[in-house]
Amino acid sequence: MQIRLTGFTATAFGAGALAAGPAAAQTLDLTVTIPKLSVAEYHRPYVAMWLEKEGVAPRTIQIWYDVDKKGGEGTKWLRDVRQWWRTSGRSLSFPADGVSGATRAPGPQKLRLVGGRAGMPTLSPGNYTLIVEAAREVGGRELVRLPFAWNGNSATAAGKGSTELGGVSLTLKR
Amino acid sequence: MNLRMPLIAIGAVAALAAPAALAHRMWMIASSTSVSGTDNWVTVDAAVSNDLFFFDHQPIRVAPTVLQPDGTEGTVENHAVGKFRATFDVHLTQQGTYRIGVVNRGVFGSYQLNGERKMIPRGTTVDKLASVIPAGATDVQTAESVSRNEIYVTQGAPTTTVFKPTGKGIELVPVTHPNDLVVGEPATFQFLLDGKPAPDLFVTVIPGGIRYRDALKQQDLKTGADGKVSINWPDPGLYWVNVTPTRPREEGAGGPGMGAPGAGGPQGAGRPAGPPQRRVSYVTTVEVLAP
Repeated sequence: MQIRLTGFTATAFGAGALAAGPAAAQTLDLTVTIPKLSVAEYHRPYVAMWLEKEGVAPRTIQIWYDVDKKGGEGTKWLRDVRQWWRTSGRSLSFPADGVSGATRAPGPQKLRLVGGRAGMPTLSPGNYTLIVEAAREVGGRELVRLPFAWNGNSATAAGKGSTELGGVSLTLKR
Repeated sequence: MNLRMPLIAIGAVAALAAPAALAHRMWMIASSTSVSGTDNWVTVDAAVSNDLFFFDHQPIRVAPTVLQPDGTEGTVENHAVGKFRATFDVHLTQQGTYRIGVVNRGVFGSYQLNGERKMIPRGTTVDKLASVIPAGATDVQTAESVSRNEIYVTQGAPTTTVFKPTGKGIELVPVTHPNDLVVGEPATFQFLLDGKPAPDLFVTVIPGGIRYRDALKQQDLKTGADGKVSINWPDPGLYWVNVTPTRPREEGAGGPGMGAPGAGGPQGAGRPAGPPQRRVSYVTTVEVLAP
């Protein structure tokens, strides 16, 4: 079987991307804005975030869904976060440690991930893309892509969605 | 006159034995083809109609079978045959790709008895053949028919165990997995005939939703020397994929048993007289997602 992953081969993210020492702890600060929508039936979106790097298998760093529904029922709609599901999600088991989280309310949602902890890999220098994908029950779906170059010291990137996502930004520091 | 009789009659039986290869299209569609989680159900509609995928003609009456990712047989639940469609449920409890299918293996043909040409009854299977041919029959002419109608549903990540060929009729081998199709990425499937890569098979691809457009948007493709065919998906949606060794008959070109000039199947009018030819066909429905 050949799974097409937009040009990525199936190397583990950690193996190819791991940097040398644990001393150089990286912090990734993310802001993902979930827009307040005036709709008759509103459900918080499922939001997936993953990292892509050429030559390396994509790596999920966050997935927000109905993680607490009984019997794991919240996983039933993970496939609606369609591109994430195909790229990375379907090869995970749920809940995924340090990666699975509850859905979040409208407004700017901030989070800090530390390289080498939980689901966040330590990144070696290179060109990356962070992709944020949101899919909302009885609503739409949108992706925002944030390409960034990591030189080992600092990187920033920002983007904006127009329907299911507002502003999205990242700051990566060592 | 007597000489022509058998030929026409054989044509009629061939048509009955494999209706999908003729005027109407046989199809199955699943409520989902790609699901997440560990415990899901899918419902399948199974019907024969002209317009894809609208059930407005005949149900598929044959009981379907399910092959699970671990290679064991699954269970078909709530199978109900209605006026226009059959419907049934499949409980997905394993991770990987399921195959849901209807395989018709039959034998058709005729024999001579008391100076008359008699047809072998429709729906006769190979093991029952001896019982339907009476003592004293002469000039028995038969051929086998293997028609395969299969769809695939994946829970979690796609797997390939259900594509292990049986070596009977036309079968699909994924190069691209049929549950991993996206607009903008051409898919490659390999087709086997009796277990071997089959060149020059006719592959017909038609998107669903025919009722709401004027152009059929049909793609007429052929397998290459290695049995492989590459298919482009112009839009997201369901696609009907039909594979036959002979050129498929144009829709509406004659009723059962009537040869379509220039496009006839093995039994079409204008073909040289001879024993009936084996008939094989494969059909699937695939879902193509937006990227």
